[in-house]
Amino acid sequence: MKIVIPAETKNKDIPVCPSFGRTPYFALYDTENGKYEFLDNTATASQGGAGIKAAQLLVDNEAKVLITYRCGENAADVLNAAKIKILKAQDGTVQENIAKYNEGKLAGLTEIHPGFHNHGGNQS
Amino acid sequence: MKIAVLSGKGGTGKTFVSVNLACAAESAAQSNLNSVYVDCDVEEPNGNLFLKPTNIKKSGVNVTVPVVDNTKCTGCRKCSDFCKYNALAYVKDRLLIFNEVCHSCGGCIIFCPQKALKERQREIGVIEEGISGKTTVFSGNLNTGEVSGVPIIKELLPKLPDNGSVIIDCPPGSACTVMESIRQVDYCLLVAEPTLFGVHNLSMVYELFKLLKKPFGVVLNKCLADEENPSEQFCKENRITIIEKIPYDKEIGRLNSQGLVAVRENGTYKELFERILDKLVKESLQ
Repeated sequence: MKIVIPAETKNKDIPVCPSFGRTPYFALYDTENGKYEFLDNTATASQGGAGIKAAQLLVDNEAKVLITYRCGENAADVLNAAKIKILKAQDGTVQENIAKYNEGKLAGLTEIHPGFHNHGGNQS
Repeated sequence: MKIAVLSGKGGTGKTFVSVNLACAAESAAQSNLNSVYVDCDVEEPNGNLFLKPTNIKKSGVNVTVPVVDNTKCTGCRKCSDFCKYNALAYVKDRLLIFNEVCHSCGGCIIFCPQKALKERQREIGVIEEGISGKTTVFSGNLNTGEVSGVPIIKELLPKLPDNGSVIIDCPPGSACTVMESIRQVDYCLLVAEPTLFGVHNLSMVYELFKLLKKPFGVVLNKCLADEENPSEQFCKENRITIIEKIPYDKEIGRLNSQGLVAVRENGTYKELFERILDKLVKESLQ
């Protein structure tokens, strides 16, 4: 199973990136073999809807769990449609968050914000 | 003559100046010319609080968004790859469409090889047209939660007459809705207040005017005698025409707080705004 975490650089020993849609990379952890991979986030340079595009990237990479500080409404709609679980990141590195996930210490992300840059809203 | 009234910073007195200019024009126009006030501040139109227009006619403003027939969609993603705003996502054999993010370009519909996407109209706001004294009042109202007021302004502007005096009350800032509002005007009048924040945003709008090559001048509002005025300094340093200085006056505050128009209530302000209008006519002819 694949778990993704927003990351500033391609390194598992750095704090979780506070942005979801515009994070430079996603750390992709595979629970099958305990290995990390890093995805370039193609959504960073988007004029709008970065969260939607980033979420699409996670869907396409068959992620099952996202650990993040925050997530906008539109991105959450995409992630929910794909049944990707959204968990709230805790202070600490990417690797430490994976450890906390394994111990079952991460809770679901409850505050889904209405989106930044006025790009929030509902889907049809 | 079309005059846009702008500010950069909000709260400097755009609506105050616009409403009073429209009412000054109404007496100057002698009934044979139009006096028109247009509220393009579509997120918060408030000129009607002062002008209190009657005989209001309302018309909806629609934008075109795509709607998908999921039985025809094969998930090729030509649509979502094309969309610069990421308004479409494909998840679990289903296309999701985010209307609020859509900019109505229609590209997704054109590119769909299966013809699975169609156009649908979606209302994002209304335009109201009414009358106040001899002034025709147009007001654009964007629905709460919508992203862009540009489509409403685009629908407002063709309704305006070519003759007479047309005063356009612009949104604050210097972004898309402001650019749309001033696209076709003869002259831009910027209302500035004597604060550092005011002068910062004034400098941003100044850059926009230079870029769009629009003739413009500044009205310095809320002026205190013998007090430092950073906006006035900025105008002098950049050789920007100062059209008029409006004092920081308790009487204006009182009239505004009661929803009254200074020009309609007070002879001194009637003269002041007629003088501004005169100068604007001369400036725009230069």
